[in-house]
Amino acid sequence: MSKTYFDETHCAIGHPKSTFMQWMLTIDHKRIGIMYAAVMFVFFFVAVFTAFAMRLELFAPGGQYMDGDTFNQAFTLHGVIMIFLFIIPGIPAIFGNIVMPLMIGAKDVSFPRLNWFTFWLYIAGCCIALASLFIGEGVADTGWTFYAPYSMNTGTNVIMALVAAFVLGFASILTGLNFLVTIHRLRAPGMTFFKMPLFVWGIYATAWIQLLATPVVGITLVLAILEKYFGIGIFDPAKGGDPVLFQHLFWIYSHPAVYLMILPAFGIMSEIIPTFSRKEVFGYRTIALSSASIAGIGYLVWGHHLYTSGMSDIAKTVFSFLTFFVAIPTGVKFYDWVATMYQGKIVLSTPMIWALGTIITFAIGGITGVTITMIGMDVHLQDTYYTVAHFHYAILGGVVFLLFAGMHYWFPLVTGKMYNETKAKIAFYLNFIGFNLLWFPMFIAGYYGMPRRYFDYLPEFEIYHQISFVGAVIFIAGLIYMFWVFFKGWTKGEATTPNPWNATTLEWHLPTSPPPLENHSKVPYVDFDPYEYKHGEPVVKFNYETMQRID
Amino acid sequence: MGHEYVPEIAIDRDGNQHEVQGWQGDYYGGKLGFWLFMLTEVMMFGAMFLSLAYYNSLHPQDFLDASAGLNRLLGGTNTVILLVSALTMGLGLLRMRAGDVKGSKLMIWATILLAVAFLVIKGFEWTAEYHHGIFLMHDKLLPESSLPFGQKLFYGLYFAMTGLHGFHIIIGIGLMLWLLKRINAGKVSTEHHILHWNIALYWDIVHLIWVFVFPYFYMIGAGGATGGH
Repeated sequence: MSKTYFDETHCAIGHPKSTFMQWMLTIDHKRIGIMYAAVMFVFFFVAVFTAFAMRLELFAPGGQYMDGDTFNQAFTLHGVIMIFLFIIPGIPAIFGNIVMPLMIGAKDVSFPRLNWFTFWLYIAGCCIALASLFIGEGVADTGWTFYAPYSMNTGTNVIMALVAAFVLGFASILTGLNFLVTIHRLRAPGMTFFKMPLFVWGIYATAWIQLLATPVVGITLVLAILEKYFGIGIFDPAKGGDPVLFQHLFWIYSHPAVYLMILPAFGIMSEIIPTFSRKEVFGYRTIALSSASIAGIGYLVWGHHLYTSGMSDIAKTVFSFLTFFVAIPTGVKFYDWVATMYQGKIVLSTPMIWALGTIITFAIGGITGVTITMIGMDVHLQDTYYTVAHFHYAILGGVVFLLFAGMHYWFPLVTGKMYNETKAKIAFYLNFIGFNLLWFPMFIAGYYGMPRRYFDYLPEFEIYHQISFVGAVIFIAGLIYMFWVFFKGWTKGEATTPNPWNATTLEWHLPTSPPPLENHSKVPYVDFDPYEYKHGEPVVKFNYETMQRID
Repeated sequence: MGHEYVPEIAIDRDGNQHEVQGWQGDYYGGKLGFWLFMLTEVMMFGAMFLSLAYYNSLHPQDFLDASAGLNRLLGGTNTVILLVSALTMGLGLLRMRAGDVKGSKLMIWATILLAVAFLVIKGFEWTAEYHHGIFLMHDKLLPESSLPFGQKLFYGLYFAMTGLHGFHIIIGIGLMLWLLKRINAGKVSTEHHILHWNIALYWDIVHLIWVFVFPYFYMIGAGGATGGH
């Protein structure tokens, strides 16, 4: 059997003998992607259990297991880990690294050593975030948004959290930069932009957001650090500063960051739907261009986070209008996916049911987003559980569910093994039911006025919190079971062929499974569209010796 | 670097050959990447200029008064030094492309010298301001001092932005020393000078940012006042 990327690697420094050091120093994009996944899911579970601790506290009114201050630190820790360590870097760092170069026929990303450096920068950011837990007054209690002036005055470790977010942001910028250059320079001959797989389009749009938006929040965090450390009064009104300016600068980045999370996830959806419908994707160009336009419009809508912070009515109206506008390209994508499935030979494998489940959960997340776009509704629902439920439906039920879909989809590619289909489906249903049970009651609780970030509440909200708690238990059980299925699949699963799903994109046309060190042993000439099916069978076939078409 | 890269050939259905772009030795990609990185610098300083412009619109008179208090002579001298250093850096790159490695190194040393001079002058300037009671967490910039809010904001942003710019100068000096080391080791040469090219671009952005910092901080108050400290 020929060697795969598990057997050999390129290293940043020298050629160490030990396997461990080879992993630590690897510059192979596939290995780096796997390492990102390993670290991120550790943090993911830390944040999940922080959330579970909060659910436990909220099971009944009154304080049970933690006091208010601890609760504030718990939701900040949950938010900081989930947003900065997991979701924002998540899909680009994991699948952008593992499959994007394979999809465009590149041997690696443009700057493999930078990629290696970026990974360790990310680890450094994680370490700083973790260290803030144990130093001084403990982790920040500001919420992940670090709103001034409270963040300027609290005694907790806000500075360390800010530094961590800055370092992680820097890693994010460098990842985006690397991918932009890779997509521009290293596409296989013949692959024009409109012959790229849609996941690559998602990554491309994302990379621009990473590149252009992250520096703005970076400098905002630096200003906040300078303010806390040197007493410069830029955001603190006691020194003449303007706290609303902080919110503007923060959301100029952090709202595009929402699209930075969802666009690569939509890319995964756009891969899975045509593959398991055995049909060419409907409206390839509109899906590709809608990614770009979501990225563009996403810059202009940050103001909808500030409806209640004080803004002129005209500004509010303009931001409201622009925010509605984002729903159009998003809707276009959803109609295209549904139209792709129409009259397709749908195969209900696990990745496909994850994708279908996400269509439901993200539609709920998206539509509830449209309701709070309206200024009047938003003033009523601001900082209630309605908003909490909305963004968890959009981010957890959209981004993370699609990340899981992608994990099932590319599992055979990465490992060369197959997980157990039946068990994986059971895991999906556990997750899906648990998720809806967990978050749907919060829409109702929020509508009736349950505020977010409170560790105590009035007795009439008890029933919603208790249903949520049951949902949380099922959901966490489902998550653990899913990872157990993956683990079993990797260690004991059957070996697969390089293309188990009958997919058409280039990452499935490799000589071996898992892929060899430098990907395609020979790069094909791309004179075909990414998703060509005829009568449910892929059109394009290769001779894997020469990578020339034989269809 | 170091690996000799032999470009691969992909063959289309008509038998035509197409060269595959590898990541090794992709100079165009190296340049593109660095241009994109410089774009992030522009966004970063852009956000600070945005804050500056916002507070300027809130406290126009305070900004003029505070600006009048800065030392325009030292600031102006520094501007000239930085502009000349951009010239020497550019000339160094031209020399390198023309094959004159020795002249190129000379020009890089000249740039480093000018950059150090810039920092020294900046040091004098900050020291003088310190003695006037204008410094971070000091005297007039403390919350309880009677200096108007607008002036405090102006000085706060002044120290933040010139400080961050100075930090970029220090990084630039480090990069140039590293570049000299790479040239001496033969890793950067007339044929392989992408690193030189990128560091020259970096230095250009650093001086370009100063070209905006200088008038905004030093010159807006020049009209009504008679001079610096």
